[in-house]
Amino acid sequence: METGKDGMASVQIADVRKAYGSTQVIHGVDIDIDDGEFVILVGPSGCGKSTLLRMIAGLENISGGEIRIGPRVVNDVPPKERDIAMVFQNYALYPHMTVADNMAFSMKLRKAPKSEIDERVSKAAQILGLTNLLERFPRQLSGGQRQRVAMGRAIVRDPQVFLFDEPLSNLDAKLRVQMRSEIKELHQRLKTTTVYVTHDQIEAMTMADKIVVMHDGIVEQMGAPLDLYDRPANLFVAAFIGSPSMNLLKGTITAAGFETEGGTIWPIGSHPADSNGKAAVFGIRPEHIKLDPNGLQAEVVVVEPMGSETQVVVRCGGQNLTCVFRERITAKPGETIRITPDTAVTHLFDAATGKRI
Amino acid sequence: MAVAAVETRTAYKLDQSWLVRLFDYKPFLIFICLLPALGLLTVFLSYPLGLGIWLAFTDTRIGRAGSFIGLENFESLWHDRVFITSVWNTLLYTGVATLGKFALGLWLALLLNNHLPFKSMLRAIILIPWIVPTVLSAIAFWWIYDPQFSIISYVLVDVLGWRDTYIDFLGEPWNARWSLIAANIWRGIPFVAISLLAGLQTISPSLYEAAMLDGANAWQRFRHVTFPMLMPILAVVLTFSVLFTFTDFQLVYAITRGGPVNSTHLMATLAFQRGIPGGQLGEGAAIAVAMIPFLVMATLFSYYGLSRRKWQQGEDND
Repeated sequence: METGKDGMASVQIADVRKAYGSTQVIHGVDIDIDDGEFVILVGPSGCGKSTLLRMIAGLENISGGEIRIGPRVVNDVPPKERDIAMVFQNYALYPHMTVADNMAFSMKLRKAPKSEIDERVSKAAQILGLTNLLERFPRQLSGGQRQRVAMGRAIVRDPQVFLFDEPLSNLDAKLRVQMRSEIKELHQRLKTTTVYVTHDQIEAMTMADKIVVMHDGIVEQMGAPLDLYDRPANLFVAAFIGSPSMNLLKGTITAAGFETEGGTIWPIGSHPADSNGKAAVFGIRPEHIKLDPNGLQAEVVVVEPMGSETQVVVRCGGQNLTCVFRERITAKPGETIRITPDTAVTHLFDAATGKRI
Repeated sequence: MAVAAVETRTAYKLDQSWLVRLFDYKPFLIFICLLPALGLLTVFLSYPLGLGIWLAFTDTRIGRAGSFIGLENFESLWHDRVFITSVWNTLLYTGVATLGKFALGLWLALLLNNHLPFKSMLRAIILIPWIVPTVLSAIAFWWIYDPQFSIISYVLVDVLGWRDTYIDFLGEPWNARWSLIAANIWRGIPFVAISLLAGLQTISPSLYEAAMLDGANAWQRFRHVTFPMLMPILAVVLTFSVLFTFTDFQLVYAITRGGPVNSTHLMATLAFQRGIPGGQLGEGAAIAVAMIPFLVMATLFSYYGLSRRKWQQGEDND
């Protein structure tokens, strides 16, 4: 079970579309998922990420395009023949079955021999630490335990692809962090191709091999977590990835730097010479703003000490900015500090198209 | 200053009247609040029930107070062929009609749980047999079962030509029994269908999706998901349905009045027949009292059937 599947379990999504009546909700999405890869579809609610996952699972019809699992086009293959397992947001555990029966259900339907069922169930239970809970019913479990049973049900199937539909959103914050690392560890152990849907960009950043950012039924950007963080392709991704989110200031690119609408001039890094005079959006992540005695004047609005770092909201040129400093700030609200951006990691976006300059 | 203020503070005792104190006394308040309900129950439930049971042990007739005669009424009923027939009729009527209602009601509920066009209108139409007053539908069935004007006979004989003679629905004992059972099923389906539909709608669609991914076909999804999750509500509806059918009076009395030759009497209709038109209040009451053991059995069944199943117990963390 832990050696993974023979053969390729890649997933290819080619120009997939979904329409409900005349309303199109997914507009031609292309994603290639390699064998063993952990891909996270992330985006705000209503962006089509869950619909896409359900199309991979076969729970929704595909209005256009093609989905392949391995070498096989699965557009018209019923869910049970796609060799996939899904973990639902509400876990969808069968309430009238014990944990063991929940996990064994698919194998019982396949009429697998009892010894094989017992072996696989106990092995999955061992991986997930459910051995003592096998005779319990779902109602008698905590949220995190139910989550694990749902994963156990998927593991027992030993499928080609795991699908996760917002599996952690019903858990409290602490448990979510714990399950996050458990799922990641599980993937490293089983090396099964995984598609995971979430609206939480932190989950996406921490777990994924590859993130697909979706918005309004299209893919905004696709890539490794840190690539998306370092070089967001457009304003949407820039604002979506990262916490606290990137500061975005409107203005114009000039030879001296970036002039905001408030008249402040921010120093910026290298940028194409022909972009001077262009209306643009200047992006700087909170952690890339430094204290500098010769920097821009900024009035402190709120100070939030976190211990390891300090978040400060400042007002500069009429706009609020969030800054994160490693050093402890003693400034009080109303006082003035001087800040400057790390020009190596500033971002510029075209004001009209939102694309990265 | 503050310390002094605390020291000089006196506890004021509220000067309450005894009435106020009485109403603040919890047991009294509970008693007062229960009184209206208790009164209604006593007057309209306990008294008639008690009187009925008492009458069953007397030889009371209409217009003449009776005296206590012990079990004599029950002894004579034991040898009364009409009464024995009515017991068997009641059991048959309840058994077959309940089976029919559940088979058809569940089927209808499963159909209505799908996405059908005009779904809400269909659901409303389904309820009609239940909403129509029983006597009205009984009269309609009377016509449907009429020996000369029956639409069923007309269709079978004159339209389809499958038979040569009209069916005597209510003139033959067995024809009459099946006809009554059919009418009762027709009336009972809506209750079963709508209750089970409510139960079906509490089952999360994601369970079906999970079962689908687990490889279950439509029958397996019904067998392993729908049915077990419907069991609790099924038990409730079954109990109610059995109780209603067992004590049915209106339909039978309006369509056949127990005829032909007392062959379709249920215990309830026979009790009325002997007690009111027949004037033998004591004997009628005894027949009614004889229903009690059956009803107690049905209630016990529901008590154990309804007790929460193991999987329904435990903490619900949702």
